Amino acid sequence: MNKTELLTRVLNELKEEFGDAVIESKTHAGDRQTRVSREKIHEICTWLKEKHSFTYMVDMIAADRFTSEDRFELIYHLMSLKTGLRVFIKTWLPEENPTLPTVSDIWTAANWNEREAWDMYGIRFDNHPDLRRIFLPEDFKYHPLRKEFPLLGIPGSLELPSTTPDSE
Amino acid sequence: MSLDKAVENTGYLTTSLDFLTNWARANAMWPMPMGLACCAIEMMAFAGPKYDASRFGSEVMRFSPRQSDVMIVAGWCTYKMSHAIRRIWDQMPDPKWCIAMGACASTGGMHRCYGVVQGVDNFLPVDVYVSGCPPRPDALLNALMQIQDKVKNEHSTVYDR
Repeated sequence: MNKTELLTRVLNELKEEFGDAVIESKTHAGDRQTRVSREKIHEICTWLKEKHSFTYMVDMIAADRFTSEDRFELIYHLMSLKTGLRVFIKTWLPEENPTLPTVSDIWTAANWNEREAWDMYGIRFDNHPDLRRIFLPEDFKYHPLRKEFPLLGIPGSLELPSTTPDSE
Repeated sequence: MSLDKAVENTGYLTTSLDFLTNWARANAMWPMPMGLACCAIEMMAFAGPKYDASRFGSEVMRFSPRQSDVMIVAGWCTYKMSHAIRRIWDQMPDPKWCIAMGACASTGGMHRCYGVVQGVDNFLPVDVYVSGCPPRPDALLNALMQIQDKVKNEHSTVYDR
């Protein structure tokens, strides 16, 4: 059985197991991308890891689709080291209060990716062990990768050093 | 007449203290290499044998700010890094000079975004700006020579009565 057939089988099983929670599945640029509902994301990830040994979380990406509904998107890029399969699990989030359960309890590697998604897009992750900003200063008030954030930033939001040296 | 010729012929020389200190300072400009990005690679070439900054007395790259005279900011500088740079600058003893090397250090360059300081002159007193992305080592040598010219023309504020 080649990989495409194997992947189709895994995705069919996913559909059987979770039913309506699997919203759509399509091929783009040679990759199968499956969109699932955000309520089931933690269960689906657990199931993929335990039943189909997707033990390697390659990447986790957030995106701002800038649509009026379901504005934010999260993409989980998973790989099984046993079969060599890759799956892309996507989920959409609303603009108001975008929250997801953390998957850092499933894959520890998700910890920093989730912190990045929080830093750049303001997506919250429930039960995350340490949800702090990862790149920007902790007192920064904005989420700079959101589309409405101005390219050159907001003047005064990041501090420059004092140009008068401290008196010793 | 150059200084060493003068000493050679007579065994002594008369000069102004300004001239002597400027001569000494200009020919021993120890750089503080603030390499932040790809410009730092060109800065290494500037110090290496082919372009040879030691011809101008600047071969001694000091990684301690206490021992340096000229800070070469080579590369793009983020708001987070700016605090570290300013701190190192404040630790350098006076007199000190600053070269903003390349487009990014001078103006922010192509990094026109929220996290990058649009020119290190926002928090440092820059003496010479070097254009280029990255500039050739020759351009950095030229900047160094311009600083030498600047140093040689400096006057102290204290005059003999």
